[in-house]
Amino acid sequence: MAHTETTSSEPSSPKSASSQFSLGELIRSPAMGAFVGMVIVFAIFAMFGFSRNFLSIAGFANWMNFASTVGIIAIPVAFLMIAGELDISTGAVLPASAMMLGISVNHYDFPMWLGIIMTLTMAASVGLVNGLLVTRTQVPSFIVTLATLFAVGGLTLALSDFLINNTNVSLQSPDWAKALFGTRYFGFRSAVYWWIGLIVIFWFFLHKSPWGNWVFAVGGDSESARNAGIPVNKLKIWLFVLCSVCTALAGMCQVIQFNSAQSATFFNMIFFTIIASVVGGVLLNGGFGSVAGVVFGTMTLGIVQQGINYTDIDRNLSLLIIGVMLLIAVLMNGTFQSLATSWSSSKKED
Amino acid sequence: MSNSENVLELKNVDKSFGPIDVLHNISLSVKAGEVLCLLGDNGAGKSTLIKTMAGVHAPTRGEILMDGKPISFNGPKTAQEAGIACVHQFGGTFPLMSIARSFFAGVEPTKGWGPFKVFDREKANEIAVREVRNFGITRIEDGDRLVGGLSGGERQSLAIARAVYFGARVLILDEPTAALGVKQSAHVLRIVNEAKRRGLAVIFITHQVMHAMAVGDHFAVLIRGSIAADFRKGERSREEIADLMAGGESMVDLEASIDGEAATV
Repeated sequence: MAHTETTSSEPSSPKSASSQFSLGELIRSPAMGAFVGMVIVFAIFAMFGFSRNFLSIAGFANWMNFASTVGIIAIPVAFLMIAGELDISTGAVLPASAMMLGISVNHYDFPMWLGIIMTLTMAASVGLVNGLLVTRTQVPSFIVTLATLFAVGGLTLALSDFLINNTNVSLQSPDWAKALFGTRYFGFRSAVYWWIGLIVIFWFFLHKSPWGNWVFAVGGDSESARNAGIPVNKLKIWLFVLCSVCTALAGMCQVIQFNSAQSATFFNMIFFTIIASVVGGVLLNGGFGSVAGVVFGTMTLGIVQQGINYTDIDRNLSLLIIGVMLLIAVLMNGTFQSLATSWSSSKKED
Repeated sequence: MSNSENVLELKNVDKSFGPIDVLHNISLSVKAGEVLCLLGDNGAGKSTLIKTMAGVHAPTRGEILMDGKPISFNGPKTAQEAGIACVHQFGGTFPLMSIARSFFAGVEPTKGWGPFKVFDREKANEIAVREVRNFGITRIEDGDRLVGGLSGGERQSLAIARAVYFGARVLILDEPTAALGVKQSAHVLRIVNEAKRRGLAVIFITHQVMHAMAVGDHFAVLIRGSIAADFRKGERSREEIADLMAGGESMVDLEASIDGEAATV
């Protein structure tokens, strides 16, 4: 009860203080909760990890490097969640892409550029299958992508075993590929820079371009969106393709960075991307979210997952912290939803 | 002569889904600046009729005329392009989107060029707020507010203002007052009158006789898929309409309950 009271009084007080550009709007913005959460988590870890250089550049780079892989995938996953769908096949597309690039370049001596194109094409077709199955059948996307998760995961293992008689592959990349996808600049992996670039593009797409409006509308009420002339199915299919292609990019960055890849399905990636989205304020039932929020959510996850190594806290407790964080985030998202739609009552109080 | 004045006209329309006949021999017409009330109990075929007019279903037999010319719709989109807008019970808007974004969903105004076209928020806000206020919703002054904060009546008004702005000539309102209280209903009825004043042809679907009587010029009662009565304002009393809607079944009971309801309004 106390919780709802504080939140409902919040937007009215700063609005009367400032004029038209409202602090209230900033507080209402979906990314705000995620930002505050990240600052709190960061402060706590900075306190406990101060003696072990959590605050050094290396410490910063450490968790940012982890966050970049999750982050590249988490934003398109969040797009799908905003559009009312879910993609959990990322856990299989990631190793499949890494293995495909490794095998095609290392084992079959394909040129690097061709390997990259083939890998991206493979990922795009997985996304296309996801999208077509979800839009053509009425099967929920959770089940469809669960099926492709296992199908692609199994196929990756079987094909690796069949083609190279090994479930791991090593890869020697040419210099340009190394420079583009798999080296470090100022301690940060290439993937971090890819992530930053994608954040800008995705932010523009969701919040500035007219297509972003379609994503929200589809998630808000797909029937009304269809009536308004938005190509709902086409949009969903493209978002599934985007999600798989971004996952492939993250996978290629990994295999080029570490010169090797494993074919085992990376189930944790599914949870990481969903946690990053939800902690970032994306509503599970769609229609709401922001790129900035997902970025903050991903960074929070990175701080907890990697930053814990800089503290005396037992490493296993990071899972507990993430669990508690997720629960708080889901509860706050619900509160936010009612706060955002309750302006009529708060306005009368002014 | 009078036929050419009709914006939308249905001539002997039948609709069946496989062996099941839903609509039989429906003939209806609505003129500009006129409110046609379509009355009917649940299951009378109202939704099917709406969907046929809105281009969702093609009629099995019979024809649809617009401005006196036969027309066929390939889907809801072509019906919309022809100027037929359908507003559903819950307004068909997106609760977690801003008023302006919701208003322009699917037809976003942009500025800039090439791939850098951005959603023109100022323009969208200005137009959306202006159009909604013109329909008498003066409480809305900020297009960035979320639709979820609007009352049911305001959402209906937003949806109607949207349809009118995008060039609707025929407005199909599917039970706009069904989920609303007395005050909110009065609000929506005022909006219906405003749309009529602007020269739109309005088809108002309802099962509340009182609401129909308040705005209707022309009434049609639908019973089990056929038009049971078609009359103009003042030709029938409220009791007669209610009896027609009930289809002659257990009239005494229904009359008693309807009179009770009428007394409380």
